This record gives sequence, C-alpha cells and structure tokens, in this order.
Amino acid sequence: MKETGIIFNIKKFAIHDGSGIRTTIFLKGCPLSCWWCHNPEGLRLEPQKITIENNNKKEKPAFWETQEIIGREMSVNEIMEEIEKDIIFYEESNGGVTFSGGEPLMQLEFLYSLLHECKKQHIHTALDTSGYSSLEDLKKINNFVDLYLYDLKIMEDQNHIKYTGVSNKQIIKNLKYLSQNGKQTLIRIPIIPEITDTAINITQLGEFISSLNNVKRVNLLPYHRIGKNKYDKLKMEYKMKDIQSPTNEKMEEIKNYFENFGFQVKIGG
Amino acid sequence: MEHKKICINDEELIVGERGPEPKATPTYPEVCCHSLKDLDILNSREKISFIVSDETKQLTKDIIIPFWKGRSIRDKIFEKLDSEWIEAYEAGVFTEFMEQRAPGHTVGDKKIFTKGFLDLKKEIKESIENLDFYNDPDAFNKREELKAMDICADALIIFAKLHSEKAKDLARDEENVKRKHELEKIAEICEYVPAHAPRTIWEALQHYWFIHLGVITEYNTWDSFNPGHLDQHLYPFYKKDRENGTITYEDAKELLEAFWVKFNNQPAPPKVGVTAEESNTYTDFCNINLGGLKEDGTNAVNELSYMILDVIEEMRIVQPSSNVQISKKTPNEFLKRALQIVKTGFGQPSIFNIDAIIQELTRQGKSIIDARTGGASGCVEAGAFGKEAYILTGYFNLVKILEITLNNGIDPITGKEIGLKTGDPTKFQIFKEVFEAFSKQVNYFIDIKIKGNNIIEQLWAQTLPAPFMSLLINDCILKGKDYNNGGARYNTSYIQGVGLGSITDSLVSIKYNVFDKKRINMQQMLRILKDNFKNSETLRQLFITDTPKYGNDDDYADETMQQIFELYYKAIDGRPNTKGGHHRVNLLPTTVHIYFGSVIGATPDGRKAYTPLSEGISPVQGADTHGPTAVIKSAAKIDHLRTGGTLLNQKFTPKLLADDIGIEKLAHLIRAYFKMDGHHVQFNVVSAETLREAQKNPEKYRNLIVRVAGYSDYYVNLGVDLQNEIIERTEHGAY
Repeated sequence: MKETGIIFNIKKFAIHDGSGIRTTIFLKGCPLSCWWCHNPEGLRLEPQKITIENNNKKEKPAFWETQEIIGREMSVNEIMEEIEKDIIFYEESNGGVTFSGGEPLMQLEFLYSLLHECKKQHIHTALDTSGYSSLEDLKKINNFVDLYLYDLKIMEDQNHIKYTGVSNKQIIKNLKYLSQNGKQTLIRIPIIPEITDTAINITQLGEFISSLNNVKRVNLLPYHRIGKNKYDKLKMEYKMKDIQSPTNEKMEEIKNYFENFGFQVKIGG
Repeated sequence: MEHKKICINDEELIVGERGPEPKATPTYPEVCCHSLKDLDILNSREKISFIVSDETKQLTKDIIIPFWKGRSIRDKIFEKLDSEWIEAYEAGVFTEFMEQRAPGHTVGDKKIFTKGFLDLKKEIKESIENLDFYNDPDAFNKREELKAMDICADALIIFAKLHSEKAKDLARDEENVKRKHELEKIAEICEYVPAHAPRTIWEALQHYWFIHLGVITEYNTWDSFNPGHLDQHLYPFYKKDRENGTITYEDAKELLEAFWVKFNNQPAPPKVGVTAEESNTYTDFCNINLGGLKEDGTNAVNELSYMILDVIEEMRIVQPSSNVQISKKTPNEFLKRALQIVKTGFGQPSIFNIDAIIQELTRQGKSIIDARTGGASGCVEAGAFGKEAYILTGYFNLVKILEITLNNGIDPITGKEIGLKTGDPTKFQIFKEVFEAFSKQVNYFIDIKIKGNNIIEQLWAQTLPAPFMSLLINDCILKGKDYNNGGARYNTSYIQGVGLGSITDSLVSIKYNVFDKKRINMQQMLRILKDNFKNSETLRQLFITDTPKYGNDDDYADETMQQIFELYYKAIDGRPNTKGGHHRVNLLPTTVHIYFGSVIGATPDGRKAYTPLSEGISPVQGADTHGPTAVIKSAAKIDHLRTGGTLLNQKFTPKLLADDIGIEKLAHLIRAYFKMDGHHVQFNVVSAETLREAQKNPEKYRNLIVRVAGYSDYYVNLGVDLQNEIIERTEHGAY
C-alpha cells in the first residue's frame, strides 16, 4: 500500500507494551498535551526539525551539529516490512505489534490500514491510546485491535482539562463502550505526584475501573524525568519543574489500594 | 607418575593436582621449549603471569634447553614450513594452534564412567591378540602404540594408588574424627578407581578427576578435556546412592562443589607470543554440558542438571565453564533456571542449540547416536564426545585479507608482498571485481594454511603421539592407532574465521559508499584509510552512522555477509586432512580479535587503525542499533548447520532482566534464534558503568567476572584493549 503516515520511531524488542516480544510503532501527533508527557516529540503531527547541541566539538565533526528531523513519512508497505521481520519472535512469545504515539488515532486512516494489514497476517495487535477520539473513529478500527493499552489519568474533568488540555468525557465514554463489547484492555495510569496520585483521584479511578468488565490488568506507570532533556532539545517548556518520581513506598501503597478492588496490578509497563 | 609429588589439600574430598600444589603448572618442552627470556616474560608480565623460581630457571638453562632446543615440535614446525606460511603467520593472516600446545579439543563420553582402566587394559590385550602380522603391514606400529597405551593405563592406576597411600598416612595422624573418616574413605576410593569402574557418585567424580589429570599431564592440550554431559553420566550413580541411602542431596552437592574447585586449580599452561595474544587467559576451556538429549533422542534434563546449575551459581568461579544444551524438547523451566544464573552477570552458563549441533554433526557424516551424545566444548565447538578429534588449527583473519586485497597483494603495514597480485583496486569498475579479488586472496591464504596444517598434523603424528588420550577416545584401542594419528572414529580439522562483522561492514561500506552512492571513489577511500581518517572525520561518521551494517536485519548488509560465509565455507569445507578426516569451518575468536585488529590499519567500516575487530559472529561493537531481535535475525542468516560452531555475544543491561518477565522474554528470544538454527548465544549482564568503574578501581572489582568469547574471565585480568572492547559492545536495554 502506498498510503503514508508520519512515524517518529519504530522500536523492536519492546517488552513492556503488551504481551510477549513486540514491535512498537510510534505515530506522530497527539490532541492532548499532558504536562508529564515523556514523548513530547510525538505531540505535533508534522515532522519537525531540531538542532542538536554539540558540547564536545573536538570529538564530533562539524556536520554532527546539523539539524535532526523528528518524524518521517512512511508508507504502510514500508512499515509492514519492518513489522514482518520479527514475526518469528511474535509467534514464539505471543507477542505482536503495538501502535503507540502520540495518539495513534490521530492518523485514523493510516492506522486503519496498518491494523488491517496486520490482521491479514494474523499478527496480534495492541493499541496504546489516550482514548481521546470520537466513538465512530474507535468503532472503525475496533475489529482489528486485539488489546487496548488504555490510559486513564484524572477522573475529575476540570483537572483533566487543566493537566492534559482536553476533557475526559469522551475518553470515559469510549472505555465504557469497549467494556460493553468485552474488549481486552490493560488500564495504564501514570502516577504523577500531586496530580494523579491524590487520594481522591485514586479512589475515583478505582471505583470507575471496577465498574468495567474488560480490564485484564492495571499498570501503574511511575512518573520519571527521562523526558526532560527532550523538552530542552525541542525548546519547549517543561511544566513539571522540579517534581520528582514517586517513591517506591508510594507506588506500593497505590498498588495495594488497587489490588483491594480485586484487579491484577503491576508497577511499570 | 611414580615420581610425582602427591598433593592432598586440607579438607578436600576430591584429590589430585597436576603439579605439586594447586595452580602449579609445568611447561612441556617437547612441545615448546621456553627460552630464559620467555621465562622472564612469564614471570614479569602484567597480565596472566606465572611465578618462575630461580631453581626452575637454572634447571631450564642447564638441562632442558640444551636437550630440547631444536627438538621441540615448535622448533620443528617453524623449520619445516614454507616461507609463504611464515610470512602470512608473521603478518597476522592466521594463527597456529599446534605450535605451542598439543591437539586436544575432545571430550569424554559415557565410557569414561563405565569402564575401569583394568577393563581398558583388557581391551588393549584383545586388540594386540587380534593383530594380523601376516596381512597387516601396520601391525607392528599398532602393537607398539597399544603397548604405549597399556603403560599409560598402568601409570594412572599407580598415580591413584600413591594418593591412596598418602591419604592413609594423613588419616593415621589426623585428630579430627570427621576428617579422619574422610581421608580413610579417600584412601579406599583411590585404591578402587580408576583401576575399576566407579560404583558411587564420589568414586565417579574421583575416577574422572584422575583421568583429567592424566590428560593434562600427558600434554598441554588445547581446550582441556572435560566430562561432557556430566548430569547424564552421574545420574545413575546418584540415583543408586540415594536409593541405598548412602548419600543425601547435600552430600552430592558438596562433592560436586569440591569437584568444581579441582578444575579451578588448573590454570591453562603458560603461553607466549602469538598464542598468548590469541588466547590470553588462565582459563583452560573445560566446558561442562548440561541438559541436551539422551542417546534415544528424548529430553535428558534430570535432577542433577538443576543441582549442577545451583553449584555453578554458588561457586561463581571461572573454571570449569558450563553450558546448557537446549532442544525443542527441553523444558522451559530448565532454560529459565539457567537464565536466572546468566542474570547474575558472570557469563555462565552459555546457551547452545543441541538440535542444531546434531544436524551439524550428522551433516559431517556422524551417526545420529554419536551426534546426540555429542555437544559443545571449548568455546562453542560441536563434537562427537568420546569419538572425535576435532582440532582447531588456527584463527583466520578475514579483515587482514581485505587490507591485502586493497593493496594489490602487499601488506601495507610491513610493505611486504605476501598476497596475490589481484589488480589495482582503483581500476575496479564494479563491486563484484572487489569481491572477486578478495575471494582469490582468501583462497590463496586458505591453501597456505591447509598445506601448513597437513604438515603440522604429520609432525605431531610422527613425533608426539598421545597414548593416554588414545585410551579414552574410541576407536583408538580398536584400531591400534594414536589419537594424534587418526585413531579417533572422526577426525576433523577446523579453521576459525574471525571478524565476520568487521569484514562484512568493510565490504558493504565499499559497495555502498564507493559504488552505489558514489560518495567517494576508490582512490579517495584508499587514501583515507592510509591516513587513518585524519582530516576525514565527517566521512568516517558517514561510514559509521549512514552506511548499512551487519546486525540490523538489513538485507543490504546481510547478503554480503552471506556471500563472505559462502566463500569461506567453499574454500575450506570437505578438504581432506592427513588423518582420514576433513577440514571444516567455525566462527569464533577467543581473544584473537584484539590481536588481529592490532595488525590491520584503518578499515572502510570506519574502524581506526590497530583497534579490535568484531568478535565471533557478533556485529561490530556499536553497529547494531536495532535491538536484539535484529541482531538475532542477522546472525541467523548464517547457515549455522554447515559450521562446527558459531559464537554470538549479547550484552544486556541488568535492568532488562530485573524481573521474571525479562527472563521470560529472553527465553523467547533464544528459542526464536534456535528455531532459526542459531548455534549458540551467551550474555554479559553487567552495565558499562560497572565495567568503567572496574577499570578505574580494579582492586574493588577483583571478583568481577565477564563473558569474553566462549569463556568467562576475571575482568581485571583482561588486557586494557579487551576491557575497552567489552565496554563498547552494544548494550541492549529494556523498552
């Protein structure tokens, strides 16, 4: 297929994005702008140029300082070629492909084609999504998705708008739809100190998730500052300032809390 | 053997040392007569040194050198070989295994645990009686050989009896009741084995240990002999002991640990010159096989397989080395248990694909049973245990040959013309011409190497037979023929290709940058290499970062790798040796990739002059940027089944294996590689930070063990080049 989309990374041997050994395709562009986002290079839809600082001029040659372009246009065929290379590993490990981002649903037609191609070859597919899309869009691809990695962040909508830039109404509605249809889903909750880890938010999350009937597991993703230097490179403001990663004790405490609801809970992906 | 000083160490349960005390090692002047200067170097060199006493030096000067100089096999080899061979050897085109150490490269099978030396003597007697002096012109030679074997069998029995007597003496004076009892038991065991076949697990281990000492006393054999499938061989003894109630699980484990210490007490005998460079380690390459398949083809993992893994984990020493043999029939739990030890980061056990090994061996003409009871030894070498002499003859420097090709037969380092005149490369119009010139040079040097092998093999056969080793390997007794002279059922000579990643990336860089993309012409390329990239750093970066590389599942690069493999394979495989067997290929480096790199200028892959080559079949250090699945896919494009072993190193961050999920995914990775017929893979699980820290503060990291090639070694014992090379290997993390 000649159809193209914008990709900003293809990661092989991804082992924390669903079951088994996977290839993760990162589609560029996201309608959300979460303060803690660790892939800020995935926010804008179009490829972007960045200048790489060169602090060690002696060792690196002049061209090293030139610009790097994040994101490139790739055809469905080109991406499928990369995906197919690791079929033997998917088979061996019950792995497959994960589409992540950005928000993969932003490039709906392109995502649709990729998922469709994967299913033709019986490759297991996972969609790592914020859930922020129209229900029609979700329905369009739903038949080709085996597993959702579905982000839930903040239940109280005003806070959700404040920290992510969008309302969570549609996100919750879509997740309920998946639940009604019995779609296998892993809920992923970023644990961001003082933002998502408040007692009230955790309680509300727990109550909401327990109303669903399709959740295989809850993954708690502790905030980390790895993304920070990407913001510097992209010359973007890092709103997290000095907020540090949650402590192990805090993570365990939240894990225990969710486990009390009877979920299978895991810290990390 | 009667004159040997007998050594029984405090508290030990398995007894016997090669020398008068642990770690003491002889030299073997009949093989290599060390000069006084050699002894000084051995005594004073920074890494892998040996203390040489004044008494030893005096003895060497007064007695050994006057007799052996000119008579040692090393002297004879250099005397008998052609000047082409000597020139290529000196240029670093290949190395020679048998110039300082004896042919070994073999492993024991079930026979060594089921027969006593009195049984072997009986077989010898029968074989002599069956000699047909009327019709067999070789009968006299056979009788002499068999008589020599018989003397060796007696020698080992006598050696054991001396230990029995010594143990009795020690028991008499021992006040500690427990130790007294142990010494009495040792005395009893050494009286019984190795004359008779062992009856208990303790006897079996002691029996083997005497055999081991016999082998390493006779010669300084390469890839020290080992008991092969130890878990399978010991299991019947263990089972019987447990049924009889004579031993507990803990007792058996303690005996095994005592056994492990004995291997660790025997460093590789001193090596000098190129041999020290190619194999710079105290490790003597005993490589114990676990798991695998039984003779009937069923899964062989048993209780002892797991117990021995526990022993390996608890002992955490470099010798003996260990590996697990994984078949599609092997339980996943066994693989995962092995990976839990790999995770602790000392490079053991390494992981082999026994299904591939069996196909490799049967392709070479071995019976399916002989293949199943075989396995891997040394670094990664496939062999029919107890029935094959599979001799590594030397490493072959594929990258050096490209350098010679690009200089039209001249070695630019010395200016000597040692290769063929294959044409001025600046006149080549298409890449195919480069490859054809390279092919001619490879064939030319392989011819020189094989001719040399056929001479050296006969020098050994005629002057230094190995009657003790011949007792252990079938069918030497039956044929009345020496191990070094074709007595084994199978006789294979290997030439080990080195630098597959470097040679692929270098040829691919020429193809891509000179002929396809036309970034520069050949003349410019040659000048840049000659100048070692001085003032061409930008181009060097293009060669490194924007040129296809082996190890990324990129067919552009990998197809060239396959062509190189075909070329190498066709140049060698199937050519006869002098013992009724054939030459074969394998791909492994030990530490020679450092030495081979040190004799080569800059290469088109962006490698600077005199720096290390890639090792084994691993990609060039840092060139594999697409993660471990891509490395494995690339490596699987080699036709492993037509080799006798390939070595793939992978480095993972400790974080990747921090939890069970990491272990499980690693197991999947390995299974997928083995499905594609990969031969072997091994892992370093230690962070680059730790390695850098250890370089700075070696005293704090004296116990840090890393995987080098087909063996593990103490990091602080490695040369700094090798330390750096290991740091630079690509580290795969968890995503």
